Amino acid sequence: MMQESTRRELLLGSGVSAAALLLAVHAADATPESLQAAIRNVAGNAEIGKGKVKLDIPPLVENGNTVPISVTVESPMTATDYVKTIYVFNEKNPQPNVVAIHLGPHAGKADVSVRIRLADSQRVVAIAELNDGSFWSTTANVIVTVAACLEGNL
Amino acid sequence: MTARVLVNVPAKAQRGEIIQIKTLISHIMEPGFRASHDGKILPRDIITEMTCIYNEKEIFRIELSPAVASNPFITFHTRVNESGTFDFKWTGDNGFEATASAKIMVE
Repeated sequence: MMQESTRRELLLGSGVSAAALLLAVHAADATPESLQAAIRNVAGNAEIGKGKVKLDIPPLVENGNTVPISVTVESPMTATDYVKTIYVFNEKNPQPNVVAIHLGPHAGKADVSVRIRLADSQRVVAIAELNDGSFWSTTANVIVTVAACLEGNL
Repeated sequence: MTARVLVNVPAKAQRGEIIQIKTLISHIMEPGFRASHDGKILPRDIITEMTCIYNEKEIFRIELSPAVASNPFITFHTRVNESGTFDFKWTGDNGFEATASAKIMVE
């Protein structure tokens, strides 16, 4: 009985240290700070509201080299009320920027898809800028089993 | 090297209809962070921008980064009010340029 609990503790301990090791490895990539900086770079000091934006991305990705994403924004897309720009950012690729999509009222609906790379399990953020200057965002968490583009750097 | 390009635009549409446009272009999208066999970092070589012009008016523009997968596949929507031509243009590193166009009949 005593021995079993020790083994359990040992396993638990090794799990924690493995997590710590993973954290140490990830520290070299784009960080939540650089993500924040990239977001502030486009939004300035404007307040970023939650909602209106929908980010479709598979929650579990087998191959980070090609991840289909689709961004839709709730908007009537009329001459007086439309989505100007959609930005997509990530947390742990070497650079935080993914795409910047410029639309206008003639788009009819704000619905764009593209295939991206993800270097790791991480958060992906989509931000929409409307013509009235307001910003809206959404976040999706993605688990990636095979990471993209970093094989040579490890 | 010329890139292979595929664009998919419906041949016909109703006036005021919102149509979907799909584009695909062959490109390595080398992100600039990968090493080759001899350990040297491969220089960045990506498409940086794609634009779509409809009857001489820009209707869609996307800025791409190294985080976009190779062979960029991009879909978007637009409302059509008149027959015309969609002109697509991709530009990128090392003077990369590719174009394509597609016609649509609006009834």
